[in-house]
Amino acid sequence: MAGNGQEQTVSEYIVHHLTNLTLGKLPGGFERADGSIVAEGGEWTFAHGGQEIAAMGFNAIHVDSMIWSIGLGVIFCWLFARVAKNASADTPSGLINAVEMVVEFVDGTVKDTFHGRNPLIAPLALTVFVWVFLMNLMDLIPVDLIPHTLMLAGVDYQKIVPSTDPNITMGMALGVFILMVYYSIKVKGFGFVKELTLNPFNHPVFIPINLFMEVVGLLAKPFSLGLRLFGNMYAGEMIFILIAALFGAGVMWLLPAGLLQVGWAIFHILVITLQAFIFMVLTIVYLSMAHEDH
Amino acid sequence: MNINLTLIGQMVAFVAFVAFCMRYVWPPIVAAMAERQQKISEGLAAADRASHDLDLAKQEAAKKLSEAKKEAAAIVESANKRASQIVDESKQAAIVEADRVKAAATAEIEQERARTQEQLMAKVSELAVAGAEKILAQEIDAGKHEQLLKQLISEA
Repeated sequence: MAGNGQEQTVSEYIVHHLTNLTLGKLPGGFERADGSIVAEGGEWTFAHGGQEIAAMGFNAIHVDSMIWSIGLGVIFCWLFARVAKNASADTPSGLINAVEMVVEFVDGTVKDTFHGRNPLIAPLALTVFVWVFLMNLMDLIPVDLIPHTLMLAGVDYQKIVPSTDPNITMGMALGVFILMVYYSIKVKGFGFVKELTLNPFNHPVFIPINLFMEVVGLLAKPFSLGLRLFGNMYAGEMIFILIAALFGAGVMWLLPAGLLQVGWAIFHILVITLQAFIFMVLTIVYLSMAHEDH
Repeated sequence: MNINLTLIGQMVAFVAFVAFCMRYVWPPIVAAMAERQQKISEGLAAADRASHDLDLAKQEAAKKLSEAKKEAAAIVESANKRASQIVDESKQAAIVEADRVKAAATAEIEQERARTQEQLMAKVSELAVAGAEKILAQEIDAGKHEQLLKQLISEA
């Protein structure tokens, strides 16, 4: 169990694991966890504990989520760009084969689902799939390994699975949402407004009702997209943490906890792949709907 | 569950990665794969063509072979025919030649015999005349009776 000297309760352990390394602006006059008072005009600092994070509000950034997420994105880009540089019509081998398999899989899915012509969709789907998969993959690293190692190095909090942070999943979902709205307007023009106001009841009287229903439906798409991924990964991570906590419950729990750990990890391999795939497919489907002119 | 600037940061990172992928990753890989697909399908088509050509060549070869066999058989047959013809012709020629030689020999023999007979006749008549001369001695005039004897020889 992660601990920094003093004894930790299980709930403290869990809460600690679910807290991001947050850099944010504390408001002036705020009393910090160590008793000091923040100077007038506020102060940018790393948060200690949930209260400080809550006080920071929107003016904060999850440093760990950003580093891991961007780091994994860079790994994706570096790996695939290297293959792209070496790609040729000759016999492929090793890494090139693996990458081409992924590309072909994504290409097939896009061609099955998206019937318009847009050079953005396939690269977008590939990025979404591989990036989300890599972020989810961090879930399979033992929960204490990196946070505890970093804690010994002086970093208090560390969440290494970016997709268990709603900011990350919602950030991607909002990106997709902006594209949806953009292409809806670009492809349908005024038809998009008609779609929002004259569906499902095609009568002027019902315009407010239609508008309300359609807007809710439209907004539900990015929310469900982002929160589905977040919920799945958060729950999976939580179970890993609980299993890890079980290891600390006593010697007799070692074997059951070990079996649970292995079983859940194996099951989770399916979950992370499936969630990455679902995120990709829904991205394609939503953008496909945005391109369809009725 | 704090929504904060991370949301914006992630959106920016998302856009950047998608743009990178769209610019540097997707097109070259897909182009290379399409090119390979093209190459493979061309290769398969070429293989098909080659095996078709091979079939044709085999058929052609078989046809040529059977033609050659037929031709060879015809040549052998005509050679045989010619050989027996030559044998026949030589037989014929030999017979003719033999006949000719035989005829010439016969003629020569006949000639020889006639000459010998003639000489023999002359000798016999000379002997007869000589004997008669010796017997008749003086009584018989050689000049008077020679005319008679020559007539006798030519009659013989």
